[in-house]
Amino acid sequence: VLGKILVANRGEIARRVFRACRQLGLKTVAVYSEADRDAPHVADADEALLIGPPPARQSYLNIEAILNAARRSGADAVHPGYGFLSENWRFADACTRAGLTFIGPPAPAIRQMGDKTEARRLMQAAGVPVVPGSAEPVADAAAAERVAAVIGFPLILKSAAGGGGIGMMRVAGGAELASAFSTARRRAEAAFGDGALYIERYLEHPRHVEVQILGDGRGGIVHLHERECSIQRRHQKLIEESPAPGLAAAVKAGLAQAAVRGARAIGYVNAGTMEFLMDAAGSVYFLEMNTRLQVEHPVTEEVTGLDLVVAQLRVAAGEPLAWPQEQIVQRGAVIECRVYAEDPVRGFLPSPGTIQRLRLPDGEGIRVESGIIEGSVVSVHYDPLLVKVIARGESRAQAIERLAAALNACIVEGVQTTIPFLRRVLAHPDFRRGHVHTQMVEQGAFDA
Amino acid sequence: MPEEIKAHITGVVFQITTRPGDRVQAGDPVIVLESMKMEIPVEAPRAGSVMEIRVKEGQTVQEGETVAVLD
Repeated sequence: VLGKILVANRGEIARRVFRACRQLGLKTVAVYSEADRDAPHVADADEALLIGPPPARQSYLNIEAILNAARRSGADAVHPGYGFLSENWRFADACTRAGLTFIGPPAPAIRQMGDKTEARRLMQAAGVPVVPGSAEPVADAAAAERVAAVIGFPLILKSAAGGGGIGMMRVAGGAELASAFSTARRRAEAAFGDGALYIERYLEHPRHVEVQILGDGRGGIVHLHERECSIQRRHQKLIEESPAPGLAAAVKAGLAQAAVRGARAIGYVNAGTMEFLMDAAGSVYFLEMNTRLQVEHPVTEEVTGLDLVVAQLRVAAGEPLAWPQEQIVQRGAVIECRVYAEDPVRGFLPSPGTIQRLRLPDGEGIRVESGIIEGSVVSVHYDPLLVKVIARGESRAQAIERLAAALNACIVEGVQTTIPFLRRVLAHPDFRRGHVHTQMVEQGAFDA
Repeated sequence: MPEEIKAHITGVVFQITTRPGDRVQAGDPVIVLESMKMEIPVEAPRAGSVMEIRVKEGQTVQEGETVAVLD
């Protein structure tokens, strides 16, 4: 049984978790950096503790400072949110050792899925399809050439230790392979302190489709259907929706089964997401697993009517899953867009500043998750996500109309935002038809 | 004519990639800023040699602030 929850995060996700805690009658503890003294998540919690200076390494990524805050406040559980320490198995382990319940999967599951080649190997062994490629990191350019001879070009070099798209390089043909290999290795070493690379076939125009999973640690694992997240740039999602438009019933069922099989194979507990790429033929390939709550979880909540954060808290408290699989159904259509403090006119450069004026949309079918209020300082130290706007409709077309109207009503002054870009996506004929793939944004499909 | 290189965004100096005396080409990164989890190079506007670096790693710079001087 849990009593007091510390949220080791900031912004909209900290506020979201506090809301779920209040719903269950749990006490809440916020932590904050010196840059966040006046942040809304601090005001939302029952109590708040300063954990360090503005740079994340000295505050929201500082395990000792967060564990100290948990001790001082008497919290008995920690919710990591997303980003920061949420996929750091050492943090999950340190919480457990400190006698705190980590609201997420056990440390070994985080560790296994965090090592991308290990994750690939485990999923393949469990019968989950993976993108053709090297099972292990490749030692050098000569070894890379041998792998390329089997899987063909184009291929993509990826950092085994990495994530978030950092250090990935597409290689079109054999002539480029050796130099691309040394560049990718150097980048991976600089970014992650580990130059290990693996190789995958590069899929042209794939869709990114993912499946929400929830396990209770008593053998119960359910899926909460798929989300389409193909509108992304630099591997950061911008728009997500559920159901994924136009999926054949067999493809949909295959995805869900693969996700549950994969989660079961690693004894997964709590909320997680299995990410897949889908090619034009409808073949799906495991990409990676996110061992945490996702930014886009409201899409699934709105389409199923279920509260994932409440479910996370209940599972962490040792309760069995409240919903059998057959009761989890998608109703209507839901689309979310992420409003970032980035300037679409200047190539999406970060746009820190102070929020001078804020008017958030509301209305039928609209949900808003905001990390800011008027006067909030949008700092250079953290992620640029400001607000998520989520629209539910009886049909996809209605959800799009509602979301477009909500974006028109949304006023954020003081920083540049991605709202003008998001409007163009929602108005685009290909998006409206559900013809999307992960390379559209970078190919300029939505340029003004 | 010396030319000041100004930061085009507000950020924290992540890395200083050149030293005084270094020759640079137009478009070469002189320093790298970090802002909102993105690394953004501040590039030399033209070819030349770096006369002076005016910032330190970890320092916050405002948009428009001079970070280096090109000869």
